[in-house]
Amino acid sequence: MALNLVSSPGAGKTTLLERTIKDMKDALPLFVLEGDQATANDGLRIRAAGAPAVQVNTGTGCHLEADMVARGLDQLSPTPDSVVMIENVGNLVCPAMFDLGEHAKVAILSVTEGDDKPLKYPHMFRAADLVLINKIDLLPHVDFDVAAAVRHALDVNPRVNALTVSARTGEGLGDWYAWLKTRRLAAGSRAGARNDPGSGDAIAEGGRS
Amino acid sequence: MHELGITQNIVAIVSEAANGRKVRRVTLEIGELSGVMADAVAFCFDVVAQGTVLEGAELDIRSIRGRARCSDCGAEFDMTALYTPCACGSRHLERLQGEELNIKTMELEEAA
Repeated sequence: MALNLVSSPGAGKTTLLERTIKDMKDALPLFVLEGDQATANDGLRIRAAGAPAVQVNTGTGCHLEADMVARGLDQLSPTPDSVVMIENVGNLVCPAMFDLGEHAKVAILSVTEGDDKPLKYPHMFRAADLVLINKIDLLPHVDFDVAAAVRHALDVNPRVNALTVSARTGEGLGDWYAWLKTRRLAAGSRAGARNDPGSGDAIAEGGRS
Repeated sequence: MHELGITQNIVAIVSEAANGRKVRRVTLEIGELSGVMADAVAFCFDVVAQGTVLEGAELDIRSIRGRARCSDCGAEFDMTALYTPCACGSRHLERLQGEELNIKTMELEEAA
């Protein structure tokens, strides 16, 4: 399974991944593709947390594209039953529009941002399957209204799920891990159906989709 | 900013399909809710086309307005924004059109 993690810069994507790797490395094999305009800093952080990572620098580019991910995956060589986390460039505009072959987009919105972000960047929140509202340990210090943020996300995407978490303290991460496991099972059963040599139709179907 | 990359991909797709023949005109369909700015694609096109079989080709961009059908009351209406609700208040909508990015047609010069 592959997930595309998107957010504005500084929302906590890399911290969330570090924490997820530390908490889940025995339960889920995780591989990470790190997208940034420049530096290998995040790739180093992910490897220090204990997961294989490949850094993709986009140079002047503001988002990852599928061919960059394909090259990164060749280097990363994830195992068949693993979860590949693609950490996109911090940007709520362009990454919404580029399909990287992921099963789902996860949008991370931190409480130090405005709770109206889903309305300001509707393409991104409409493309997301899950919204993680991060840094909730800071809620006592900021004016962020969680209920309003969830309402705004649902306004642009009535099917979206939202969870509140703190990657720093670990609060709420159990729900995120449960979501990961559920989605991985669903992705695995679809892949299994495609690879089943007894069902020729399913293979053709998979090839087209 | 992403229109440059999109335009590069459009030129690559058309070049491949043209298979060496010179391209006279390309027609694109761009939905108003697609997030792709037609003006920005047009701006990038001439530069990206330089040195390819599309150099000097005319670019014809057709805009497609957003339309949706309400899943609750069945009404069909124009969407001017991604989250325009139905007049009945519902946001459960089936999007009918307006998110396209299609290379619709291409005109080639006759083979010599």
